[in-house]
Amino acid sequence: MRPGDATTAAGGSAEDLIRFENVGLRYGMGPEILRDLTFQIAPKSFQFLTGPSGAGKTTLIRLFFLQLKPTRGLITVFDRDSAVLPRSELPAVRRRIGVVFQDFRLLDHLTTFENVALPLRVMGKDEASYRADVVELLRWVGLGDRMHTVPAVLSGGEKQRAALARALIGRPEVLLADEPTGNVDPPLARRLMRLFVELNRLGTSVVIATHDINLMNQFNARRLVLEEGRLTVYD
Amino acid sequence: MTDADVGHKLQLAAFRRQSRLAMRKTGQLVPEGTIAGNALTIVVSIMSFLACLTLGAVTLVHDASSDWQSDILREITIQVRPVEGVDVDAEAAKAAGIAKTFKGVAGTTVLDARENAKLLEPWLGTGLDLAELPIPRLIVVRLSDPAAVDLAGLASRLKTEVRGANLDDHRTWTARLQTMANATVFIGVSILALVFVATVLSVVFATRGAMASNRDVVSVLHFVGAEDGFIAREFQRHFLLLGLRGGLAGAGAAALIFVLLSFVIAPSMASSEADQVSALFGRFAVGPIAYFGAVGIAFLIAIMTAVTSRITVYRYLAETD
Repeated sequence: MRPGDATTAAGGSAEDLIRFENVGLRYGMGPEILRDLTFQIAPKSFQFLTGPSGAGKTTLIRLFFLQLKPTRGLITVFDRDSAVLPRSELPAVRRRIGVVFQDFRLLDHLTTFENVALPLRVMGKDEASYRADVVELLRWVGLGDRMHTVPAVLSGGEKQRAALARALIGRPEVLLADEPTGNVDPPLARRLMRLFVELNRLGTSVVIATHDINLMNQFNARRLVLEEGRLTVYD
Repeated sequence: MTDADVGHKLQLAAFRRQSRLAMRKTGQLVPEGTIAGNALTIVVSIMSFLACLTLGAVTLVHDASSDWQSDILREITIQVRPVEGVDVDAEAAKAAGIAKTFKGVAGTTVLDARENAKLLEPWLGTGLDLAELPIPRLIVVRLSDPAAVDLAGLASRLKTEVRGANLDDHRTWTARLQTMANATVFIGVSILALVFVATVLSVVFATRGAMASNRDVVSVLHFVGAEDGFIAREFQRHFLLLGLRGGLAGAGAAALIFVLLSFVIAPSMASSEADQVSALFGRFAVGPIAYFGAVGIAFLIAIMTAVTSRITVYRYLAETD
């Protein structure tokens, strides 16, 4: 199975959604934890980001959506150089990127519906204008009957799907998922992967960070392998 | 029960569910409990209370000072000292006649011997024949329009035409009273400023505390694409309500104190001590300006609280992102 169209020009192209060139990152005066990363995320592409635990996958994801700034190199997101992107324009860029965190990061005091609707709410949209879309998406991820439940009473898999729905509700161009199958049983993991593939078919670029070799072997997709701070791309 | 009834009931239940869903208030992004609400509300009410009391005191002194000044300025005194070989009463009558010719003078009263004796009684006692003593004659000149009176012209004419005459326009007293009242008002305004600064600083600390305890919420809002303004509004809403609650509570308490004071003071006004206090502070009643001012302070504190929290959120986000 080969989801999406992962072919890109070797050196990247102007159409790339996210482009890294010789990116390095260190915390304070410590050693570089990411070194000379050069790769790109093309439109409608599907890739796994993998590597051993502690290799820096989560850190790389944080660089993707500009939560961290590189200590060297160039990150271009939607043709904007992240180094000179003003703070005021960060929200607009982040709205084009959906993120599913390993720990879900759902707000415990909000219901599933409210959590999923959050990206639309922060855009200043009126609830009446998005209610139907949120309900439809919640049904699509299998949470139609859990929309008025708070995260505390959701199972791990339900939280995972709620986090995924929240990442998708704003129709992002890139979806980043950090270990999306790490907390769920194999059948649910396969179901989630089918959701990602379906999403990719609909045009979203997908980056899935995982260290699950079996999962990756089920899909003939591009792999970004992170090891000791360096990245190797297997197209 | 027929099938139609069952269908109707099901429809009704579905409608109720939908209504509940539609009516449900969207959850607040910043949970109420994560803001040091009660402590800050108490601090804000205390600050509002102190600010209103200060405002009350300032208006009291200001009103009393205005009363003194207008009372004093509406009267001037001509003193005619006895001079050897001159009929002091005739000179006094002449001085009164001159004063009456000036614009803005409403009338004159030459104090007679009995009134002079009464004025001197505290120092000289009773039973003295004042006719033997060289007591100056006093003429009270009542002014209808203090601004229109040419005091310099009057003083000059009295000096040249009336022997032993001297005009006292109370300017020294007025100036001293004015200085004292101004100093009191200045101290009051300084206290108000300090109270406002203390309120702002308390809100800054509380907002930073609230931001720190909502770090996760702020982080989530950031990665779903919230602008700083959106996040600031979420915090500001809490602080505006909190400031309004605290401000109104403090102002209400201060207004209550004003009312109670006026009730407590009023019955004792008949005593001689109270007369002296009354002479200094007027009726010792806080005027409507203080009440309106208290309401104004409550709203000002609420707005200040909201604006301070907004600015603090912006700064915090700029520092942490």
